[in-house]
Amino acid sequence: MSSTLIPTSQTPETGTARVKRGMAEQLKGGVIMDVVTPDQAKIAEDAGAVAVMALERVPADIRKDGGVARMSDPDMIEGIIEAVSIPVMAKSRIGHFVEAQVLQSLGVDYIDESEVLTPADEVNHSDKWAFTTPFVCGATNLGEALRRIAEGAAMIRSKGEAGTGNVVEAVRHLRQIKNEIARLRGYDNNELYAAAKELRAPYEIVKEVAELGKLPVVLFSAGGVATPADAALMRQLGAEGVFVGSGIFKSGDPAKRAAAIVKATTFYDDPKIVADASRNLGEAMVGINIDTLPASEHYANRGW
Amino acid sequence: MPTVAGDQGAARGPLIGVLALQGDVREHLAALAAAGAVPTTVRRPDELAAVDGLVIPGGESTTMSKLAVLFGMLEPLRSRVRAGMPVYGTCAGLILLAEKILDPRSGQETVGGIDMIVRRNAFGRQNESFEAAVDVVGVGAVDGVFIRAPWVESVGAEVEVLAEHGGHVVAVRQGSALATAFHPELTGDHRLHGFFTEMVRSAG
Repeated sequence: MSSTLIPTSQTPETGTARVKRGMAEQLKGGVIMDVVTPDQAKIAEDAGAVAVMALERVPADIRKDGGVARMSDPDMIEGIIEAVSIPVMAKSRIGHFVEAQVLQSLGVDYIDESEVLTPADEVNHSDKWAFTTPFVCGATNLGEALRRIAEGAAMIRSKGEAGTGNVVEAVRHLRQIKNEIARLRGYDNNELYAAAKELRAPYEIVKEVAELGKLPVVLFSAGGVATPADAALMRQLGAEGVFVGSGIFKSGDPAKRAAAIVKATTFYDDPKIVADASRNLGEAMVGINIDTLPASEHYANRGW
Repeated sequence: MPTVAGDQGAARGPLIGVLALQGDVREHLAALAAAGAVPTTVRRPDELAAVDGLVIPGGESTTMSKLAVLFGMLEPLRSRVRAGMPVYGTCAGLILLAEKILDPRSGQETVGGIDMIVRRNAFGRQNESFEAAVDVVGVGAVDGVFIRAPWVESVGAEVEVLAEHGGHVVAVRQGSALATAFHPELTGDHRLHGFFTEMVRSAG
């Protein structure tokens, strides 16, 4: 840094709520793609992804392989950071604040405290205020989203059911969150205290949501998006952007599908463009019917 | 009250678009409305043709540039900016208004309009993102929110430097084009949007 100082400049402050939440605002309208190699990261960037999620195995493979799923190898994450100029996110286990510390030290741009990995703590999520790096967390309903925000999450995504290629759970979670926000809008001040108790979330945040009519942070959708129409559906339902996990690199032609999902996410309200984006994409990922999954393999039930 | 419609017509602010390919569009729409403009989103060439001025928001510059090419917006943007349509870019928008990017991603196009060379992510990655007060010529001290922000490496003779931070240029103006490396749309302070709205009004 040069020694020239503007007289009114205070000491720059990093890791503020505005800087963390503001980062997610910049991703709005975009697609964040799961990638497992630097080459996949470049394909994602070239297709117009706003960010990539660096991980060792996409959720579909985590399901297939079983066992404990953990934070990815730092070498692998650094390889992806070097390969692209768009932001790089990475996942820590729920409550595994040391994995989060490691990810922060690697310089990732966002940490996903994710139910896709095996939880490390059955009671507590990480204290996300303690970090400079912002966090995104999954939620299945409004109370869960607000508890994560209370812990410092700067971005929320629906959980959906990752690695299934089935959008039904993402739809359920997003509708649930939107409906609960709409209900709060209708409450008067007397009712907000009981609502906070019911939601098991701090009153101040509940009141803020009631006033804003939206979460105080950006809301994306995740978990089961596999086609351009899925992405457009989530946008029309109110998601400000989408995460696509296994849906791209488990399909027949990842580069083409990635670009198509980006296109449909931008022009989510134009069926002609979504139709064009849906043509000749080759094989979609096969997908799983959620009700054939044993309860222990429902990732959305992880976290509380 | 038969005169109300006419009065509203006279008092109405200029129609200012926000390029809505990706990024923090909603915040700019709100800031423009608060500054007295009539804001609207712009994703298509016919929408661009209708506006008096345009904001290019923050977002991912590589993504926005790719989407602009993909959706046939790049040439219409270039021709309107060249023809003098007032334009204001924040962060990624500043990068898109640069004539040249240092170390661009392969195929990363810009709209141009300001004779400057910019460095992407110059202040660092997200962990280095920061807030600091910035003195802007003609506006005063504002809260600068810098998110993986670029800075202006060098400017041509026609470019007026409006602000610096840590010895780096972070706000510039060339004629009807304005750009800041930081995000006033995230602060609730609408003076820069007011400044731009005045630029649009006086150009009309």
